[in-house]
Amino acid sequence: MSAADLATAAPSREPARHSNLTRVVIYGLLLFFAFIYLVPLVVMVMTSLKPLDEVTGGNMFALPHAPTIEPWVKAWGEARIGVSDTAGIKGYFWNSIKMVVPAVLISTLLGALNGYVLTKWRFAGHKLVFGMMLFACFIPFQSVIIPMAVILGMLGQIGASLEDLTGFSFGFGNSTVNLVIVHVVYGLGFTTLFFRNYYEAFPTELVKAAMIDGAGFFQIFRRVLLPNSAPIFIVTVIYQFTNIWNDFLFGSTFAAGDQSPMTVALNNLVNTSTGVVEYNVNMAAAIIAAAPTLFVYIVAGRYFVRGLMAGAVKG
Amino acid sequence: MAFLEINALRKRFGAVEILKGIDLSLEKGGFLVLVGPSGCGKSTLLNTIAGLESISSGEIRIDGHVINDLHPSKRDIAMVFQSYALYPNMSVAQNMSFGMEMRGVPKPQRDKAVADVAKTLQIEHLLKRRPSQLSGGQRQRVAMGRALVRQPRVFLFDEPLSNLDAKLRVDMRVEIKRLHQQTKTTVVYVTHDQIEAMTLATRIAVLKDGELQQVGTPYEVYNSPANLFVADFMGSPSMNLLEGKVAHADGAVRIVLARTGDAEPIVMPAPSSADPSKLRDGGAVILGIRPEAVSDSESVDRNSKSVATFDALVDVVEPAGSDTFVVTSIAGKEVTARMRADADVRVGRIHAFAFNLDKAVLFDPATTRRI
Repeated sequence: MSAADLATAAPSREPARHSNLTRVVIYGLLLFFAFIYLVPLVVMVMTSLKPLDEVTGGNMFALPHAPTIEPWVKAWGEARIGVSDTAGIKGYFWNSIKMVVPAVLISTLLGALNGYVLTKWRFAGHKLVFGMMLFACFIPFQSVIIPMAVILGMLGQIGASLEDLTGFSFGFGNSTVNLVIVHVVYGLGFTTLFFRNYYEAFPTELVKAAMIDGAGFFQIFRRVLLPNSAPIFIVTVIYQFTNIWNDFLFGSTFAAGDQSPMTVALNNLVNTSTGVVEYNVNMAAAIIAAAPTLFVYIVAGRYFVRGLMAGAVKG
Repeated sequence: MAFLEINALRKRFGAVEILKGIDLSLEKGGFLVLVGPSGCGKSTLLNTIAGLESISSGEIRIDGHVINDLHPSKRDIAMVFQSYALYPNMSVAQNMSFGMEMRGVPKPQRDKAVADVAKTLQIEHLLKRRPSQLSGGQRQRVAMGRALVRQPRVFLFDEPLSNLDAKLRVDMRVEIKRLHQQTKTTVVYVTHDQIEAMTLATRIAVLKDGELQQVGTPYEVYNSPANLFVADFMGSPSMNLLEGKVAHADGAVRIVLARTGDAEPIVMPAPSSADPSKLRDGGAVILGIRPEAVSDSESVDRNSKSVATFDALVDVVEPAGSDTFVVTSIAGKEVTARMRADADVRVGRIHAFAFNLDKAVLFDPATTRRI
């Protein structure tokens, strides 16, 4: 092709200029909304790095003059939370971890097992069972608080009797254990839904092949299903982690005092009615409270969209 | 005694009966192909042998032992699935040894068995790969390897070639046949492809709507189909089926094929395959004749004892390379003839055709059975 030919081919640039304009608009809007979303976070981070006099006397958007990590240290280890004697939010942070990790793992594994049975070991009435589990996703949590409290009360009594008998309560009645139970029960609907839809698209011939190969119920689950469930596993873990970590309702209802999870402690710290409100400490505590979910999103976030799509399209 | 025996097997799903009393048997080392149109129950039958589907009544025996209620893993069978069903998270070697691992075979023994089979199938270089890194044909080989490695008593194949392209399918067909000849294993093979059935089987079972239509060697099923369905289903292009009448004259039994217009009807002796006592004078019959038994009058098989010739207009000529298929019609019914590739046949001309009646069969239109 000669240079002249190339020159006559130029009109194809016209639509390109048009798409440049579109691109400017799109990126402009994206930047605008990113700015709106990021401002609160930026303010939080800046405030948490300022000494208190700078916070109360200065402009919210001003950069810290004398940056300090003092508020972070105080929030983590020294601040008074409500009426408790425990210093700092670190104890509550570990409370949350101790609650979230088992609750997420148990609910995810049970959801996987449910999905496996509901798709590969169908029984009469499996649709009804799945329908009812799905229904659990739509129950407003406020409506189950009182019945749940009654049940947890009974478990507490069992724990007390066990303690009388054996000197050990086996975890019954412990606030963290109670919260794990509650979150597992109310997470099951979602985890089952996720895994059922994923396994619905999972080739049944693989299960048949494994049966002929002599693998049993749990061997098929562990050796064939689970190793091929990474995308949905990650989706479910992120979903459950975020929900359980951020839960305030159950945490404030079923756990008290030193055993409260992070969210409740943060509320108690911020809503204190005594002394000066230390905004910088509050901000540091709030960021610490949000950090684990952020961390999980950043590490596994790209699988979230991918896994959700995989389940949605195939299921 | 037969190695694999199926007696009066029935399978119901609710009110629907999928298999309506199947009786089959297969000798040790035999290759049984279950063939039929989709929905005929052939895959269900295979799954009942595998134990992946329960049966409603009847009996399945392997080597004399009833296996009706045994778990699939206890039946000593191996199955190759249509989708290959390779475990995506395991390497080829792990896929092949999984069954032995589940049965508690020690690792050195497993490794040796895998190595031996990999050598037979020429997949040694693939052992460390994952199924996703294999081509269709390689996956097919691995799936067969996984079945072979355990040395089961019966192999079950569920349409194993239907996911491959045409050329690979022919290659793998030869491969399976060679493998069967080498290993002398007992095979039950499901397909809807009648050419696969013809080429691979030592016995063919034709199914339709959950009922066995015919069981026999490929030769029997092809040359002496039990009824109109088998005649039409087996063979490509399929058998010509022409309506005619029986005429008794001068002490001989003849078949008369009427023609449209004022053309003379075609009169021919009754084919020797038919039982003359069942041919009533004036009774309706259907004449079945394979395309290769219809030719031009000069190239008809010289050994044939009974030939009927007639002239007809050529409608379509299909050169297929090795042969030329010529389509004409008798009383509105299409008749396909298989002629030499260089036969001088032109569309729109009148041509002389010859029926080799040694190869013809007669059917009763009322019962559809062969007479």
